[in-house]
Amino acid sequence: MTSQSQQYQELSREEQVLQRIEKARARKAKLKEERITLSHGSGGKATQTLIEAVFLEAFANPLLAPLEDGAVLTALGGRLAFTTDSYVVSPLFFPGGDIGDLAVNGTVNDLAVSGARPLWLSAGFILEEGFPVADLERIVGSMAAAAERAGVQIVTGDTKVVQRGKADGCYVNTAGVGVIERPGELGVATARPGDVVIVSGPVGEHGITIMLARGELDIESEVTSDTAPLNGLVERLLDAAPGVRGLRDATRGGVATICNEVARAAGVAVVLEEEAVPVRPDVRGACELLGIDPLYVACEGRLVAVVDGDQVEAAMAALRSHPLGEGAAVIGRVRDDPPGLVLLKTSFGGTRIVDLLVGDPLPRIC
Amino acid sequence: MRFVDEFRDAEKAQALAAQIAALCEPGRQYKFMEVCGGHTHTIYKHGLEDYLPESITLVHGPGCPVCVIPMGRVDDAIFIARQPDVIMTSFGDMMRVPGSNGAFFDATARGADIRMVYSPLDSLKIARQNPDKRVVFMAIGFETTAPSSAMTVLRAAAEGLENFSIFCNHVTIIPAIKAILDSPDLRLDGFIGPGHVSTVIGCRPYEFIAGEYGKPLVCAGFEPLDLLQSIYMLMLQLAEGRCEVENQYSRVVPWDGNLKALQVINEVMELRPYFEWRGLGFISHSALRVRESYASFDAERQFLVPGVRVADPKACQCGEVLKGVLKPWECKVFGTACTPETPIGTCMVSPEGACAAYYNFGRFTRERVKEATRS
Amino acid sequence: MCLGIPGEIVEFMDDRPDLAKVDVSGVKRAINIGLLEDEKLEPGDWVLIHVGFALSKIDEEEAKAALDFLEGIGQAYADELAALADSRID
Repeated sequence: MTSQSQQYQELSREEQVLQRIEKARARKAKLKEERITLSHGSGGKATQTLIEAVFLEAFANPLLAPLEDGAVLTALGGRLAFTTDSYVVSPLFFPGGDIGDLAVNGTVNDLAVSGARPLWLSAGFILEEGFPVADLERIVGSMAAAAERAGVQIVTGDTKVVQRGKADGCYVNTAGVGVIERPGELGVATARPGDVVIVSGPVGEHGITIMLARGELDIESEVTSDTAPLNGLVERLLDAAPGVRGLRDATRGGVATICNEVARAAGVAVVLEEEAVPVRPDVRGACELLGIDPLYVACEGRLVAVVDGDQVEAAMAALRSHPLGEGAAVIGRVRDDPPGLVLLKTSFGGTRIVDLLVGDPLPRIC
Repeated sequence: MRFVDEFRDAEKAQALAAQIAALCEPGRQYKFMEVCGGHTHTIYKHGLEDYLPESITLVHGPGCPVCVIPMGRVDDAIFIARQPDVIMTSFGDMMRVPGSNGAFFDATARGADIRMVYSPLDSLKIARQNPDKRVVFMAIGFETTAPSSAMTVLRAAAEGLENFSIFCNHVTIIPAIKAILDSPDLRLDGFIGPGHVSTVIGCRPYEFIAGEYGKPLVCAGFEPLDLLQSIYMLMLQLAEGRCEVENQYSRVVPWDGNLKALQVINEVMELRPYFEWRGLGFISHSALRVRESYASFDAERQFLVPGVRVADPKACQCGEVLKGVLKPWECKVFGTACTPETPIGTCMVSPEGACAAYYNFGRFTRERVKEATRS
Repeated sequence: MCLGIPGEIVEFMDDRPDLAKVDVSGVKRAINIGLLEDEKLEPGDWVLIHVGFALSKIDEEEAKAALDFLEGIGQAYADELAALADSRID
């Protein structure tokens, strides 16, 4: 055995891995192609080069570097939260972010609202033949930055390439694991009369951004996606207000859908105040122009919290003290009757039901 | 939002409601029909009925241009969409309207290229960007929207576009109102007139309603205070023994309408001898088609649509709901076989249909809702 | 087809006299103003927008008159409520 390999054997596992990363970096993999080809998905050398040049480069961490089939994680004892989501947004790049931001933040947020500290993510890519590598690098760069901001690591992944026309450029799936360190269960099914419903900020920004970014509606505006990792905000909220019954990440279907889920799961009524729901003026303008209701429009960086009525001040103070919760507002209350329904007191003074939508909120023209 | 928020003021609503209540004769019931689907939508979306006394009932009329499209025409549109190299473009409201074999949504699942647009001008843009495709615009709406379709055809003609046409399903409001007036089932005290149709046709066309049929009509805007004020104006007319056409929406509606808009409609389109309305049957001179001089922009001439007449499903009572004879919940299939997820008729599909508006917004009895929201 | 929204004209397009840019609460879109060619529109005018076309110029005087009427009704109501509160028979 050479002295070098002898020295290597004596290193700890982690140090061995770090040394391997150094070596890999030294003969830095470079991707010659400008566009993804079917070979990149075949598992051979081209795949290897893609992984090293693009994914490993961006996501570098000791857990990922071995590039085994799975990452080996040391459990910290206690309960785990586990979630997965696939991201198929079109367009891939939009004001305020891209599919990469959504892929990390979305999964981080699902873990956070389960009461977990998000730790590790997997990232699976389905790429269309011909997809520009520069775009992939941009997406992966966003994911790396988002992961760092959220304090998570991307530790395992997969890449497949499909023929031209069989995918919309790039689809991403992320699964995430987090550890639950607080006692107790979070769940909206425990909502009870007297509770309040809080949203952490203005609604509808992501959905409107995407709708306008598709370019078919020819509408100019400054609205940007609100995609953001909410784990820091959740920690602050749960520290200040242990009386939080449940949390939800407000995504597809918007705040209205979540309130319906609360009402049904807990068998209670949720009564919302239209005046209290925060909406940016330009989001409201776009919704009026298109004939859609902001209550149903997707967010990607907002949470809905059902909180014991006695702790509303503490909860609101905690949310407002965090940059992502500055616009937090109490938007409604939980009552016992009529069970399973969401009602809205309109700013006009009348009342109406807020039901689940059948499909996507199509812009009303008439 | 200017010109919007001021007309949603809750305090003024209470004041108006008090005035309306003060005009109610004890023991008398009042029935007003709001013709226009947009008004139905406003009524339910803002909970306007909470402001009205029990003695005033609002009856929902046939002014929802999506609701009155017969299934056969939907089938024709899907036929066009399924032709090779066709891109069908349509307003969002049409996407889920059922034909005999599914709606636009189902057709896209089976491979048709159907795209949602906000304006017929967006459709023109798609035509310019896709010269090898035939782009068709599903033109629906009353006189409010017909000028836009006509202007788009004129623009296409000016640009010499050869791959653009419209499938014209525009209908006119007066024959629909007349059908209501002639209907023996209905006793109405007055009409809340369609606000945006009137920006085009003005208020004169309604004069026969007051003059020959003795019913007052107030042309109303679309914010909740507009509607409340219009109801107040109707009640005042009844109390004072007047019967006239009045314009509550004067900030937008010119009494004489928009001459240019009427000219443009007349340049590109003409009245069909008759047209079938869902629920109302065949009505003469109630719909528009593209003139011969613009034949290359007429989808009906460019594609040989089957034109098969399809009867409504037996269970469907849309016709009676459209005429205001039945309230949505009085329809036998409302909320059971016919829901927004599984609509049988157009009243449930269109967001402006009375059934959809009621199901989505008003499904609970007034008293229980008031009880729950008392704070 | 009834959805009409008030918007403010902010800009005209030099190369396209039939179009203008409108602002609706911060959101902008180019719309066709061909149906109002006799109105001599100017930036700052408000129009009713329907499916990408301006259908009517909003008459600000009439709007003010409508609001004044509503204001008046509101005031009369408030006065009556006050009178009711004041008139106690005990």
